[in-house]
Amino acid sequence: MMTEQVAAPAASVPQAPTVISAQGLNLVYETSDGPVQALKDVDLKIDKGDFVSFIGPSGCGKTTFLRVMADLETPTSGTVLVNGVTPEAARKARAYGYVFQAAGLYPWRSIGGNIRLPLEIMGYSKAEQAERVQRVLELVELSGFDKKYPWQLSGGMQQRASIARALAFDADILLMDEPFGALDEIVRDHLNEQLLALWSRTEKTICFVTHSIPEAVYLSTRIVVMSPRPGRITDVIESPLPKERPLEIRDSPEFLEIAHRVREGLRAGHAYD
Amino acid sequence: MKNVIPVLTVVLAILLLWYGGAILLNKQWVLDQAARQDRVLTTPELIAETWAQDKPKLPAPHQVAVELWDTVAMKKPTSKRSLVYHAWVTMSATVLGFGLGTLLGFALAVGIVYNRVMDKSVMPWVIASQTIPILAIAPMIIVVLNAIGISGLLPKAMISMYLSFFPVVVGMVKGLRSPDAMQLDQMRTWSATRAQEFRRLRLPASMPYLFASMKIAMAASLVGAIVGELPTGAVAGLGARLLAGSYYGQTIQIWSALLMAAALAAALVGLIGLIQRITLKRMGMA
Ligand SMILES: Nc1ncnc2c1ncn2[C@@H]1O[C@H](COP(=O)(O)OP(=O)(O)OP(=O)(O)O)[C@@H](O)[C@H]1O
Ligand SMILES: [Mg+2]
Repeated sequence: MMTEQVAAPAASVPQAPTVISAQGLNLVYETSDGPVQALKDVDLKIDKGDFVSFIGPSGCGKTTFLRVMADLETPTSGTVLVNGVTPEAARKARAYGYVFQAAGLYPWRSIGGNIRLPLEIMGYSKAEQAERVQRVLELVELSGFDKKYPWQLSGGMQQRASIARALAFDADILLMDEPFGALDEIVRDHLNEQLLALWSRTEKTICFVTHSIPEAVYLSTRIVVMSPRPGRITDVIESPLPKERPLEIRDSPEFLEIAHRVREGLRAGHAYD
Repeated sequence: MKNVIPVLTVVLAILLLWYGGAILLNKQWVLDQAARQDRVLTTPELIAETWAQDKPKLPAPHQVAVELWDTVAMKKPTSKRSLVYHAWVTMSATVLGFGLGTLLGFALAVGIVYNRVMDKSVMPWVIASQTIPILAIAPMIIVVLNAIGISGLLPKAMISMYLSFFPVVVGMVKGLRSPDAMQLDQMRTWSATRAQEFRRLRLPASMPYLFASMKIAMAASLVGAIVGELPTGAVAGLGARLLAGSYYGQTIQIWSALLMAAALAAALVGLIGLIQRITLKRMGMA
């Protein structure tokens, strides 16, 4: 069940298969002071190998949408398919790794032990666990830190360890909710570069929530702009930037052009209320 | 050295207060005694006599120390006159009751955290159980258990258990619920089973709470064991020593039994503290 997904062919086919599709998605939270419409009529298709960023003001439903995909929240109406099946079936098939805003490492486990945690739960053999821990630690440039405890690492290193943990099992979808939100700009730049490198190496589909326009433009193949009350998608921008992206690309006219469009989209959403 | 001076200061202050208190409380009896014998006492004589009575209201520290030395060091530990023997009897009931109470408290906490019905129904009863004065039910427990042929260690251990399960339930419910929503969501994204969630998340997260409540439980358990020795006219145990001491006005014996109980409590709680340090260190949490 876990090994068959590795053998996916490289993105040589012109039309990549759809990994996530949402149709007419609505989600209403029933709260003590009345219902809150967190998602309204959301339609979205995400193809295999896409790097999709979700950007929008606070409370526009970015986290909610990610949680719906991850089967942590049940939509009020509409359908979501992940890998062609319901989010629940996808979750049970361990189709995705979820990176939360806080690293959420267990303080009583070493870095290696934290990364091993999902592997233990999923029943990988000891040898396989050890091999995978080494591999993903290398991937996030934390080799040699497996015996350290979380409190011995900086915030950025902890966040990298939590990404490694989501990569350790062969989920080909990575859902990331503001993973770098709490980090300073320099660390963030570095992690963005690493994430891009990792993405092009692993062919994963990544859904990435952010508040930062440059971050969204730098990372994504598609940018989904959302607006609040009720949360909905106002624009989906295809990025013309090449897959190979040095940090300097952020000064190129194309980059600034897209960033401008994202900003316009955000402003239009705001004019609504 | 820095630590020793404050500690010594406090000990000295306690001793001074204690000796002073002994003079005040025992003075009247000495004066009455002297009046009866037509003796006139100088102040030093008066003070010396207040510190040397057979059955003082408040024995002086050195009298208790001598009694402790006689009953701890100078008697064979197996002798009924040895305080070590009595402490051992009480400790057996304390430790057994503590073990049973911790198990019961742990089981109830797991039930409360994982079972909706238990969550709604058990806690009020647990709290109600602790509002009943232990002195009121201890004799009943002993009598009932005696009636069905159970006597000796177990009835006392039951009373200890009754007192010690409570802090464990309260602490463990809090501890097992200490993982936050994100950690639980994370487990869900990995499709972890309830058992995996318990073993890998809730249980390790609850360890600091477990040890804190076990320390309270141990102290409560000791109180329970001593109380359990009172109503039966037990012949052995620190409770029996306290009771016998108060029958015959042997205040020195009472005080040495009390000090022994305090030392026992300190040792047992200290032992848990030690296990806590080792465990949390091995878990990387200390
Ligand atoms: N569990 C919940 N119960 C009730 N309302 C909720 C819940 N979670 C989110 N909401 C509401 O739903 C709306 C969307 O929330 P969501 O967390 O998805 O926003 P977001 O876009 O992730 O915001 P941010 O950028 O601040 O993280 C908000 O108005 C929020 O108050
Ligand atoms: Mg959010």
